Amino acid sequence: MAHYPTRLKTRLTYSWVGRPLLDRKLRHQTYKEICVKVEGDSTEIHIQVGQCVLIEGDDDKNPYVAKLVELFEEDSDPHSTKRARVQWFVRFCEVPDCKRHLLGRKPAAQEIFWYDYPACNDNINAETIIGPIRVVALAPDAVVPMDLKDEKIFFVKESWNEKKFRPLSSELFAELDKLQEGSPKCQKPRGAKTKSVESPSGTPEEHVVKRIESRHSASKCRHTSTHPVTPRARKRLELGSLGLPRTPNTRMSQQTSSASLGSPEGNKRKVAFSEITSPSKRSQPDKLPTLSPVLKAPEKTGKIPLSCTGGDKKASPECHMILRARITALEATEIIKEKTLSPTSGGQRSSVMPSVILKPESIKKRGAKEPEAQNEVTSTPHRTCRKSSLLTLNRIRQQLRFLGNSKSDQEEEEILSAAEISNSSSEEEEASMPSRPRRTPRRSVSRNLRSSLRSSLETPSKTPKKTSKPRTPRLAIPQIRNRNLAAQEPTSVLEQARLRLHVSAVPESLPCREQEFQDIYNFVESKLLDHTGGCMYISGVPGTGKTATVHEVVRCLQQAAQAHDVPPFRYIEVNGMKLTEPHQVYVQILQKLTGQKATANHAAELLAKRFRTQGSPQETTILLVDELDLLWTHKQDVMYNLFDWPTHKEARLVVLTIANTMDLPERIMMNRVSSRLGLTRMSFQPYTHNQLQQILVSRLKHLKAFEDDAIQLVARKVAALSGDARRCLDICRRATEICELSSQKPNSPGLVTVVHLMEAVDEMFSSSYITAIKNSSVLEQGFLRAILAEFRRSGLEEATFQQIYSQHVALCRMEGLPYPTMSESMAVCSHLGSCRLLLVEPSRNDLLLRVRLNVSQDDVLYALKEE
Amino acid sequence: MSSRKSKNNNLIHADCLSQVQRILRERFCHQSPHNNLYGVQVQYKHLIELLKRTAINGESNSVLIIGPRGSGKTTLINHALKELMEIEEVCENILHVHLNGLLQINDKIALKEITRQLNLENVVGDKVFGSFAENLSFLLEALKKGDRTSSCPVIFILDEFDLFAHHKNQTLLYNLFDISQSAQTPIAVIGLTCRLDILELLEKRVKSRFSHRQIHLMNSFGFPQYVKIFKEQLSLPAEFPDKLFAEKWNESVQYLSEDRNVREVLQKHFNVSKNLRSLHMLLMLALNRVTASRPFMSAADLMEANQLCSMDSKANIVHGLSVLEICLIIAMKHLNDIYEEEPFNFQMVYNEFQKFVQRKAHSVYNFEKPVVMKAFEHLQQLELIKPMERTSGNSQREYQLMKLLLDNTQIMNALQKYPNCPTDVRQWAASSLSWL
Repeated sequence: MAHYPTRLKTRLTYSWVGRPLLDRKLRHQTYKEICVKVEGDSTEIHIQVGQCVLIEGDDDKNPYVAKLVELFEEDSDPHSTKRARVQWFVRFCEVPDCKRHLLGRKPAAQEIFWYDYPACNDNINAETIIGPIRVVALAPDAVVPMDLKDEKIFFVKESWNEKKFRPLSSELFAELDKLQEGSPKCQKPRGAKTKSVESPSGTPEEHVVKRIESRHSASKCRHTSTHPVTPRARKRLELGSLGLPRTPNTRMSQQTSSASLGSPEGNKRKVAFSEITSPSKRSQPDKLPTLSPVLKAPEKTGKIPLSCTGGDKKASPECHMILRARITALEATEIIKEKTLSPTSGGQRSSVMPSVILKPESIKKRGAKEPEAQNEVTSTPHRTCRKSSLLTLNRIRQQLRFLGNSKSDQEEEEILSAAEISNSSSEEEEASMPSRPRRTPRRSVSRNLRSSLRSSLETPSKTPKKTSKPRTPRLAIPQIRNRNLAAQEPTSVLEQARLRLHVSAVPESLPCREQEFQDIYNFVESKLLDHTGGCMYISGVPGTGKTATVHEVVRCLQQAAQAHDVPPFRYIEVNGMKLTEPHQVYVQILQKLTGQKATANHAAELLAKRFRTQGSPQETTILLVDELDLLWTHKQDVMYNLFDWPTHKEARLVVLTIANTMDLPERIMMNRVSSRLGLTRMSFQPYTHNQLQQILVSRLKHLKAFEDDAIQLVARKVAALSGDARRCLDICRRATEICELSSQKPNSPGLVTVVHLMEAVDEMFSSSYITAIKNSSVLEQGFLRAILAEFRRSGLEEATFQQIYSQHVALCRMEGLPYPTMSESMAVCSHLGSCRLLLVEPSRNDLLLRVRLNVSQDDVLYALKEE
Repeated sequence: MSSRKSKNNNLIHADCLSQVQRILRERFCHQSPHNNLYGVQVQYKHLIELLKRTAINGESNSVLIIGPRGSGKTTLINHALKELMEIEEVCENILHVHLNGLLQINDKIALKEITRQLNLENVVGDKVFGSFAENLSFLLEALKKGDRTSSCPVIFILDEFDLFAHHKNQTLLYNLFDISQSAQTPIAVIGLTCRLDILELLEKRVKSRFSHRQIHLMNSFGFPQYVKIFKEQLSLPAEFPDKLFAEKWNESVQYLSEDRNVREVLQKHFNVSKNLRSLHMLLMLALNRVTASRPFMSAADLMEANQLCSMDSKANIVHGLSVLEICLIIAMKHLNDIYEEEPFNFQMVYNEFQKFVQRKAHSVYNFEKPVVMKAFEHLQQLELIKPMERTSGNSQREYQLMKLLLDNTQIMNALQKYPNCPTDVRQWAASSLSWL
C-alpha cells in the first residue's frame, strides 16, 4: 500500500469548508467538511463527515482506517486545532497476535473490522487525516474479493471488540451499506434529484426508520476551540457518549448551558465534546430558524438507512428520552448518525468500512445546522420501534445493496471548488513521528491530561463523565515461562534419530493410514461441500494413529480451504480426558467457538440455540471429540446433544468422535443416541509388523542409525504384543540411549544393533516380579516358600497368615535356621504385600489376614530355585 | 590426678559424642542427597541422562522408579536433582513440581498444587483461584503453548505414584503423559512407587502414552557390601572438627565390622530385611547406647539393638498380663486345640477356666464371674482376642464369638519368660489333659 499519499514528504494544508456551526453548550464549532490541499499541487480533496478516511498511523504502509464522525474545533483554546471524531476500523494486522486465531479463517488482504471497543480514543487531530478511502460492507456470507487492484477499497465483514469477531449487526451493516451507496450520490451537487430520492421524510416510515448519518452534522455545528495539542490523531477513551444513560446527560448539558450563560466569557461556547451534549440539542432548532426545508431534505435521505444501526439494548433508558425528543423535534427529522453509532459501537473503532461519502450538503447547508441537534436526539428512538420497522428496514437494505453494487463508481473524493474555506491551515511536519495516531497506552495518559484540562474549563458536573473507565482487568495468560538458554539441538546421528523417533515429532506424512485418511477426508469434504452436517465414529486401540490421522485430515482441509477448494470452516477439538466432568464439554466448545465463558448449563443453551435455530448463515464447524467414552453420563444428554446438533440443517456441524472400543455405541449408548450417531464407522486396526517397520523407516529417512534387522525385530516384537506405534517408537528411542551408553567412543557411537534393541525390549516388557523375588531377603524368600508349602498342603490358593507362619517356623526348623518372631514375619508379609508380590488383606486382621500370591506359583518356584 | 584426667577425657568425649550423634542421626533419618548411593549406579545413570535430556535438549520423557519401600527411590531422585541443579546451563532453566499421592488425594488438589508450584498467572500469593475445570484448562493451555526449544522444561515428580492411578479417570496422569508425548512444553514425569504391578493400574490409553521406561531399585547387594555400607554409614566424615576423636571412632568402627559377633548380628539383620532403612534403625538404637563413659560403639550395643528390633511385640504384651488373664489365654488355647480354630465365646472360656480351678483344690484362682469378664474385656482391648463380627448392642457379650490372635508357640514362649508363673498354670498350659 505504498501508494497512499506519502505525507512524509508532502505538506498538507487543512482548512474547513463551510461555515462553522456553533455549539454553545460545548463551545465547539463543528464543521461538515474539511479540505485538504496538497502543497505544490492544485488539487484539493474535500472530505465530509461520514466519509471513511485514512489516518496517519505508526505504520506508513498501513495507515489507520476510520470513519469520520465529526469535525470540530474547540474554541476556548487559544491555539485552536482542528479535531475530528472518528469511528475506527482495525486491520487484521492490528489485532493482537494472540487473538487472531479467534477469527477462525484467513482474512482477505483488504479486509478490515469494525472496531467495536468503546474504550478506544476516538478523538483525533484532524490534521492526521491522509485522505478518503472507500469501505464496502459485505454480508457475513459474502466472500471478500481477494485480488482487487484498487487498494483504496476495504471490505468489512465482521466487527472486533477485543474479545471476539462478530458478524456485523444488521443495523451496522445497513448503515455502512448506505454509506457506500451514498457516496456516489454525494458526488453530484446536492440538488433536487437527491431530494426526490429521499422522499421518505415526512412519511410514516420516516418515523420508524429515521436515524441519520447527519449525526455528524450535529457535531459539526459546534465551533470548537482546540487545546494546544500536538497534531496527533488520538483514539481516545470516549466515555461520555457510551453506555451512559442519556437522561442525566441531558440534564447535565442543560446545566452546562445555563452555566455558560453566566460564565465570564463573552461567548457562550463551552469546550466540550459533542457526544455529551448531543441530547440537549433538542432546543437548538429554535435558535436556528433559518433552515430551509430543502436543505434538510437531503440529510434525511441519508438517515434512513442509518436508522437500522445500533439496535442494541444498551439504550433502554434512553428510549423515553428519545421519544420525547422526537415529539418535540420531529419536524426536523434529521437524525444524527453519530448518535446511532455511538451507543452501538461507542467511540470504538470497528470494522465497518468507511465508505467515503461526500455529501451533497454544501456550504449553505452548513448554515442550516439546526438539524443536527435534533438528529442526535432523535437518532436513538429507532431502537424502540425496531421491531415494527424491521420489515421496512430489510427492504431498504436490499435496495441499498443493490444500488451500492450498481454504482461501482469509486471516485470518492469530490473536489468542491466553491467551498468556503475557513481560515485554518496547518502544515504537516515532515517528520511523521509527532503526527501519528497512537493506540498505545500513551493514549490514556494524554487523555487523562486532557480531561483534567477540560475539567478545569468545564462545569464540574461534566467531569465525572469523562473520567476514563477502568480497564478490564488483565486476564491471566496461561503460559509457562520461557527458558533462558535455548534448548540444544541434536548433534550426533543418534540424538537426531531420537528426536525424530519421539512420539511428539510430527511426521510429514502418516504412512500406512492412507485408506483411513482418505475415508475421513472424503467424509468431511463432502459435508463441507454440501453444507450439511454429520457424525462419524472412529475406533481403535491406543496408539493406532486415530487422532493423528484426524489432525492430518483437518490440516489438509485447512490448506484446501485456503486454496478455495472447499468452503472455509472452523475446527474445534475437545478431549474427554481433558475435561473434569462431561458437561464441561459445552463450556469448552462454546469457548473455542466464540470465546465466551459460561457455565455448563448456560453454554449448553447457547450452543443449542446456535446449532438448532435458524441463524445467520455461518461456516461449517468441524468438531473433533476425542475419548468419547468419557462423555458418558447417566442420562447421556451430552452425547445426545453432540449427535443431535449435526442433524439440524442450519447447524452445519461435522462431528468426528474417537474412542477405543469398536462397539461403544452398542454397549453404552441408548438407542436414541446411537441412532443419531449413525452408521458411519471406521475402525483402526492395530499396526502389523510391516506397517510398523514402514513407520520407523519413514521416520528415520536418510538417517542411518539402526540396523535393518533391528528395525524389523522391534516391529515384529511390538506387533506381536500390541501393535501400538507409540510403544515401537519408545523402544527405539530407548535403544538409541543404550547404544550411546554402551559405546566406548562418545563421538561415533555406531549403529543400534539387535542387541541394544533386545535390551530395551527386555527392560520395558520383562516382568520385574522374578527379579524382585531374587533380590528379596532370606526371610522374605522363606516366607514365600512357606506360602507355597501351605498352598500345597491345603490345596487352596489362599491361606491365613497364621497358617503360613506355622509352616514357616516348621521350614526353618527343618533347615536349622533361627526362626523368625511373629512381628518379623508380619513385617515381611506386609512388605511383600506393598510390592504386590502378595495380595494381602488390611493388616488389622492380624493373624487371620488372608494371603494370596500375585505371581504364579511356578514363577516363585523358578525364582527361588535359581539360587 | 588420674581421676581428674579421666574426667577431662569424659568432658571432651561428651562434647564430641553429641556431635557424632547429631551427624549420624541426621544421616540415618534424613533422605538427604548427601548420602551415598549404593548399588544403583546404572539406574542413576539412566535417570540423570534422562533428566539432562529434558533439561538441555527439551525432550519430553516419562519414567517410573519402582522399588520396595526403603530401597532408596527418593534418595535417588534427590541425588539426580542435586546433580542436575549443579549444571550451570540447567539450574536457571528448569522448573520442578513435587507431588505426593498421600497429600494430593485427588486431581483437584493436585492441579492447584501444580499451578501453585509453577507459579502461573492465576496464582495470587499462595492461592490458586478458579474452579477445577478452569484450573485444568488453564494449566493445559499453559503447557500447550510452549514448545520444545523455547519453553522452560518442567519436571514432575509424583511420589506414591500408584495413588494417582486411583484418581477418577486418571485425568491427571493422562494429561501429563499426553503432554510428554506431544510437541508441547517439554516435561519429564517421574513416578515413584513401590508397586510392581503399577502398569496394570494404568488405564490402557494412559498406559499407551506412558513411555514404559522403568527403573527398578531392588536392593540387589550381597552381604559383603552390606557390611561395607554398615561401615560407611557409621564412619565420621573427614571434616569432623576433632580429628583425633574421629580417627579413633573410625578405627573402632573398622574393628566392629570385623568382629564376629557383629557380623552375626548384621547377617541376621540382613536375612530379615535388606533395606537400608532397617539398618539405620539398628544403628540408631545402637548409637543411643553410646555414652561419655563408653564413647565407642561395642558389639554388645549392636546385639542389644538387634534384640530390640527383632522382639515380638505381642509376647511383650503377654508378659505384662495378670495371672488371671494368662489363665484365660491358656483356656482359649485349649479351646483352639479342641475345636480346631473354631471361634469361641466368653462362656466357653469361662467354663474351661472353671474346670481348671475345680481340679486344683486350692481356690486361689477362683474369681467371680464379673471379674473374669473384666479380664476378658481387657484382653479384647489389647487386641489379643478379636470379635468375629462387629459388636452389636443387643447381643450378649458372654456369647459373642471371638478369635485368639496369638499363636501357640507365642503363648508357650511368653509363658516361659513370664515372671513368677505358678507351676500348676504352667503345667496346665503344657497339657490340658494333665489332670487325668
